[in-house]
Amino acid sequence: MSSDPITREPKQEIPMSSTEADPPETRTDPAAAGASASGAAAVSAPPGHSMSVRDVNAYYGDTHAIKGVSIEYKANEVTAMIGPSGCGKSTLLRCLNRMHEEIPGARAEGQILLDDTDIYGPGVDVVSVRRAVGMVFQKPNPFPTMSIFDNVAAGLKLNGVKGVDMKERVEKSLRGAGLWDEVKDRLSSPGIGLSGGQQQRLCIARTIAVEPRVVLMDEPCSALDPIATLKVEDLIHDLKQEYTIVIVTHNMQQAARVADTTAFFLLGDMVEHAKTEDIFSNPKDSRTEEYVTGKFG
Amino acid sequence: MSTPSSAATLLAPVSGRRRTTDLIMRGLLGLGTVIALIPLVLVIYYLFSRGLKGIGSGFFTTDPTGNFLGDPGGVKSAIIGTLEIVGLASVIAIPLGIGVALYLVEFGKKTVFAQIVRYLVDVMTGVPSIVFGLFVYITLVTTKFGGASFTGYKGSFALALLMLPVVTRSAEVVLGLVPEALREAALALGVPRWKVTLKIVLPTALPGLITGSLLAVARGMGETAPLLFTAATVNGTTYNLGQRMNSLPAQIYADISQPNNDIVNRAWAAALTLVVLILVITLIARVAARRSRVS
Repeated sequence: MSSDPITREPKQEIPMSSTEADPPETRTDPAAAGASASGAAAVSAPPGHSMSVRDVNAYYGDTHAIKGVSIEYKANEVTAMIGPSGCGKSTLLRCLNRMHEEIPGARAEGQILLDDTDIYGPGVDVVSVRRAVGMVFQKPNPFPTMSIFDNVAAGLKLNGVKGVDMKERVEKSLRGAGLWDEVKDRLSSPGIGLSGGQQQRLCIARTIAVEPRVVLMDEPCSALDPIATLKVEDLIHDLKQEYTIVIVTHNMQQAARVADTTAFFLLGDMVEHAKTEDIFSNPKDSRTEEYVTGKFG
Repeated sequence: MSTPSSAATLLAPVSGRRRTTDLIMRGLLGLGTVIALIPLVLVIYYLFSRGLKGIGSGFFTTDPTGNFLGDPGGVKSAIIGTLEIVGLASVIAIPLGIGVALYLVEFGKKTVFAQIVRYLVDVMTGVPSIVFGLFVYITLVTTKFGGASFTGYKGSFALALLMLPVVTRSAEVVLGLVPEALREAALALGVPRWKVTLKIVLPTALPGLITGSLLAVARGMGETAPLLFTAATVNGTTYNLGQRMNSLPAQIYADISQPNNDIVNRAWAAALTLVVLILVITLIARVAARRSRVS
């Protein structure tokens, strides 16, 4: 980690200290940026961005929700966070794009690095953190006053981004979310007219339309039926080509299906973080084993 | 219960008494509703039956003549006065009230200052309208603020004071109903807080905000007391808010006590006009709100 969190080296693509007027970064070719950063040898460097959490504590008032957790989210991988209710996995997720602090009385301490910039560092604008780290919520929450098109374009329009072909970006995002074919003939109808699964994919399209680096998903399928769930899971597989994904889920089969690595949380601590198949077939910690085999929680 | 009971005994009525109680309670509630409706229907009936009598030729196009005998004239000046005075009052009170509500819901939340503001707004909601009239009378009318003593815009101030807590209270409730999930969705897209408020929260709450504001407008239109010693009553038409202005409630108040049937009928007709005016404004705003929501 460089001592100055807001140095602008070429490899650091996220203008963290950007002012309001700054459009959120036309994305430079990630591969090229990676190569220029680490020399010609790094042609095989992954195009995405990693996050690492270092000794983070989070509180709701006096409640200590996360107790000194450290975890790495590798670029272009899907990391699942599992654990019983109240174990802090959602809280940690919300710390990753600083949504945690929106709750009255909530605060977080520690270091969370996006590549090598501390998103809690001084001079970092919370608004730019959220533009770089997008989030999909548990319940589909399209904007009720907006059409399908406007919902997807909302992030760009509300952020005053110029010089982007809206139609092209909306189509690209909807295709990326696997929704284009279903809605291309009714882009101007209201977003809340879609089914639950379609609404959730609309929200995913809305999130990726601003081209974040990392996509956080907070139990994205818990309000969906099995078929819609399957579609979203397929989508997660596709999305990890471009994005680093962190997903919180209550459904262990889902974690097994989508995640490269899985982290098990219990009572605000991270018990174990390993390759998904290891967590489910060969866990090191007895508590993990008890949880994944259904003995508690 | 030792023997297995057949379905017929299982599904038999539990007790006749329960049914009777149910019947009686339903009857009582129905009766209560009818009793509550009686005065409502009577008000509408009298308003129309007596009000329509008073609407002759020239009712909407002439000013009150001021003559006790002969042609009493119409209420043109009162209609214009009411529209202008309430219009200005709305322009003051509605944005201010919604602004206060936005502060309370989006930013103030549970802070001590916000709680104090909330309490004061509640108190202001309960203040009798004549008190606001007196306040403006003492501060602006007796001091001849702006040169003249009684003027239309001073009536607007009094009405605005009256409408402000009504707008604030209703707007606060409506804004509080906007789901937190929508704010979070927008914030997570990297939208700054003020834009979330302006572009997401306000449009979502718009229909409710309009309803609440209309309630305040209707309340303001019907108020007599704050206008009597701020805008006063005159006969002639003026469009200038800087002069004494007539208004429908003040006209009704002046007319209804006259020992002349024609003038009393004019009061009824003016009352009918007032009610229809409020109805029309409400309808227009409703249609406008529906339009804006679709686009």
